[in-house]
Amino acid sequence: MTDLTKLTLSEARDGLQKKTFTATELTKAHLSAIDAGNAALNAYVLVTGEHALAQAKASDANIASGKARPLEGLPLGNKDLFCTKGIRTTACSKILGDFKPAYESTVGANLWHAGAVMLGKLNNDEFAMGSSNETSAFGTVVNPWRRKGKDGKLAADKLVPGGSSGGSSAAVSGSLCLAATATDTGGSIRQPAALTGTVGIKPTYGRCSRWGIVAFASSLDQAGPITKTVRDAAIMLRHMAGHDAKDTTSVDAPVPDYEAALGKGVKGLRVGVPKEYRVVGMSPEIEKLWEQGIAWLKAAGATIHEISLPHTKYALPAYYIVAPAEASSNLARYDGVRYGLRVPGKDLVETYENTRAAGFGKEVRKRILIGTYVLSAGYYDAYYLKAQKVRTLIKRDFDTAWDKVDVVLTPTTPSPAFALGEKTGDPLAMYLEDIFTVTVNMAGLPGMSVPAGLSSQGTPLGLQLIGKPFDEATLLRAGQAIEDAAGRFTVADAWWAKRPAKAAKT
Amino acid sequence: MNDASTANKNLMQGATGPWEIVIGLEVHAQVNSKSKLFSGSSTAFGAEPNSHVSLVDAAMPGMLPVINEECVAQAIRTGLGLKAQINNRSIFDRKNYFYPDLPQGYQISQYKYPIVGEGVIEIDAEGESMTVGIERLHLEQDAGKSIHDQHPDYSYVDLNRSGVALMEIVSKPDMRSAKQAQAYVTKLRTILRYLETCDGDMEKGNLRADVNVSVRKPGDKLGTRCEIKNVNSIRFIGQAIEVEARRQIGIIEDGGKIDQETRLFDPAKGETRAMRSKEEAHDYRYFPDPDLLPLEFTQGYVDGLKAHLPELPDEKKARFIKDFGLSAYDASVLVAEKANADYFEIVAKDRDGKIAANWVINELFGRLNKEGKDIEHSPVSAAQLGGIVGLISSNAISGKIAKDLFEIVWTEGGDPADIVEKRGMKQVTDTGAIEKAVNEIIKANPEKVEQAKLKPSMLGWFVGQVMKQTGGKAAPAAVSDMLKAKLGIE
Repeated sequence: MTDLTKLTLSEARDGLQKKTFTATELTKAHLSAIDAGNAALNAYVLVTGEHALAQAKASDANIASGKARPLEGLPLGNKDLFCTKGIRTTACSKILGDFKPAYESTVGANLWHAGAVMLGKLNNDEFAMGSSNETSAFGTVVNPWRRKGKDGKLAADKLVPGGSSGGSSAAVSGSLCLAATATDTGGSIRQPAALTGTVGIKPTYGRCSRWGIVAFASSLDQAGPITKTVRDAAIMLRHMAGHDAKDTTSVDAPVPDYEAALGKGVKGLRVGVPKEYRVVGMSPEIEKLWEQGIAWLKAAGATIHEISLPHTKYALPAYYIVAPAEASSNLARYDGVRYGLRVPGKDLVETYENTRAAGFGKEVRKRILIGTYVLSAGYYDAYYLKAQKVRTLIKRDFDTAWDKVDVVLTPTTPSPAFALGEKTGDPLAMYLEDIFTVTVNMAGLPGMSVPAGLSSQGTPLGLQLIGKPFDEATLLRAGQAIEDAAGRFTVADAWWAKRPAKAAKT
Repeated sequence: MNDASTANKNLMQGATGPWEIVIGLEVHAQVNSKSKLFSGSSTAFGAEPNSHVSLVDAAMPGMLPVINEECVAQAIRTGLGLKAQINNRSIFDRKNYFYPDLPQGYQISQYKYPIVGEGVIEIDAEGESMTVGIERLHLEQDAGKSIHDQHPDYSYVDLNRSGVALMEIVSKPDMRSAKQAQAYVTKLRTILRYLETCDGDMEKGNLRADVNVSVRKPGDKLGTRCEIKNVNSIRFIGQAIEVEARRQIGIIEDGGKIDQETRLFDPAKGETRAMRSKEEAHDYRYFPDPDLLPLEFTQGYVDGLKAHLPELPDEKKARFIKDFGLSAYDASVLVAEKANADYFEIVAKDRDGKIAANWVINELFGRLNKEGKDIEHSPVSAAQLGGIVGLISSNAISGKIAKDLFEIVWTEGGDPADIVEKRGMKQVTDTGAIEKAVNEIIKANPEKVEQAKLKPSMLGWFVGQVMKQTGGKAAPAAVSDMLKAKLGIE
């Protein structure tokens, strides 16, 4: 039998429908892959094997009785930011300890109601704060991709999978699940997707419910999928999205059949290329990738238009005011009083201090401090209020652009995956990872990263498509055109699955 | 707002001369609603600790607030009742601070853009009418309750109140005496109870006030104010203002200056004490709550609520004066509680309003007071008292008999007209019967008749005798008239 973990989500769906294999076989194949590879990749922080097999069994019964639901029996990974009923949820922070929610996130519940199977909880940067998955309390995630050395052989350096959804991107790229949930506050779906050769879509703010997802920055957070293909992203998004009365920022609009929209091609589609994204110091290979993407879309019948998004350069600094400000308030609830970690002190204030000092990692503490500072009396107008004004101007830039174009094409990241530890000492370099993606969150727009090529060192690079509000269908259509031209990028050698001899005996 | 004479009367004497007290109030009124401001949990009072707590109230990770429309409607109704500006767009902000009874680590409140803007309340204080300005009304969440006396080492937290909707109603600093402040809170409470937007129960903490007090020499600019937190009775509000003003005057007259600070009133010691120093002052880091969209509604929605607003105390008072011919005082007494006004209206319907008011205020309220009963539990219903007033108005019974009748209805119940009929209590208006009694009394007392001619006040004795003869049922006016004629006195 072929390796079931190598299938795409849509292929696996079709195989289950044709009864080529069972949901239990499909789930077991993935659990075995996790068993063999997770020690090296550290993509999962919790594997829920029994839970998955029970779901798979139910799926098999549904398939047998002709009652298969849209995602019946498809094994997924679930980012640890999504609360799971009765299953430990930590946001990869020590402060949540062994917290087991009494509820399931709306997005998660939507997927399980559609028949999907949960394999486990995926690693991420602590509270989704990071661009390399190096801030997780459960340790770093390793990118399945490795650089090629000058000798053409794979180098030993371990690379980051991007962040904050690094567990999601590594698990999908490393075939430890068919697809994964993820969240994106400043690029946390698209950047890791770009760094691992996977597809990631952050839908329009309000498309997916935020209910039951541990909050980072409420006005920017959105859930979305990381998948192997554009088609898989279309399938996943349809079943994650939808109005939720429990989240008043979610939008009551019908969710289209995104998969059905894929076949329509891009003939006549107006593609905008923003001149402001040609930042100083952009690497030639990123620039070349961008040109290639333009050429592909043109060849597929799209028209290319240079546009201007003049406030782009203010997006990153404004983001690093708004996001920490909201985070400083959102994370106040982790106080050791009701759940999670408590480190007692001699009085209340000391208990707060001990608990939060021990519970939060360095990056989270730093952002809480920044956020607290920018909201303080006397600084609010200069920082927070000004950042909100920038946000309005960024939105206006795009509103103007939509008169001329239907989608915008940019690179997803300024560089390919870097080595573990390479940027941890340089926070500014780390924050610059999100330079092309944060703008999209600030404007609340849908954005998508599609694999488009390999760097000179053989690691993946992605192109970003930005769409009009609630026009994910057009993004997916354009993404499909790029995927059709570029092909898929999979890791040739599953080095992580080679288990140490000692472990192999068991 | 205050003319010179009012101001003078309210001045407080210090060692260096008279001082003016300037008072503004922030009243926290719990919104009457079945569920909390941002969650579906019950707001019922007195439940087991932590039994009305949703995932949202406990600030579980990933939980989101959803605005309760009924609370919004209640705030708008209140704003309309305060003749205030209703803001069709307002914003919820987060007020950030740490405390165990504040699970989110922030209170959702309204800071820059409240739901209700400027309005007014008319008050009567010590016989004088004045207008107190309302600065704003905003919606916010209540915190939970910390309980410190249950364990030697730990404090307990009850989150039943956590997230319950409050209206913070902020007055302008228009009041100049404790009496005025008390009248303001009393009137505000009456309005809220009429609107049924807050039950006004101060014992349960459903209405409580933060009192801002400063003092100045008349004509000077405003002094530094202190805020006395959470005063929970109208009596204490008066006492707190008096002692705080005294304290401030004392400090200034001794050459000191007032620190702007938050204080607590201790009714047992009759003093206010500083709650926290400036070093501990919070920076609340207000910012718009990103979990909530701006609160927006149409003018049509406001108009719809306005159309169904009940009659408010000021309008009711004016109507009672106009339609029932009541004095301003009686009307004020009757409208102070809606239940009383409603009771009165039933008593007075199609009857003599003045007699009805007199009976409700003097006989009924007096009796209820004496027995510690409230009007909802009055043994004499409005319909029964109305029956009694009707019998008085139609001269069927005399005032004296009416008091007996009231007593019978109070203790035994029954229909007043039936009782009068069955027990022969009807007033004798038949002149023949009265004349017979008058003649008998005159005939039997020739000496008194002679005396009465010289001393007309003897008439009272004759009236008394006739009443006695008729068992109290003769109409006193008719008896008096007839006696005057027969005795030849004016």
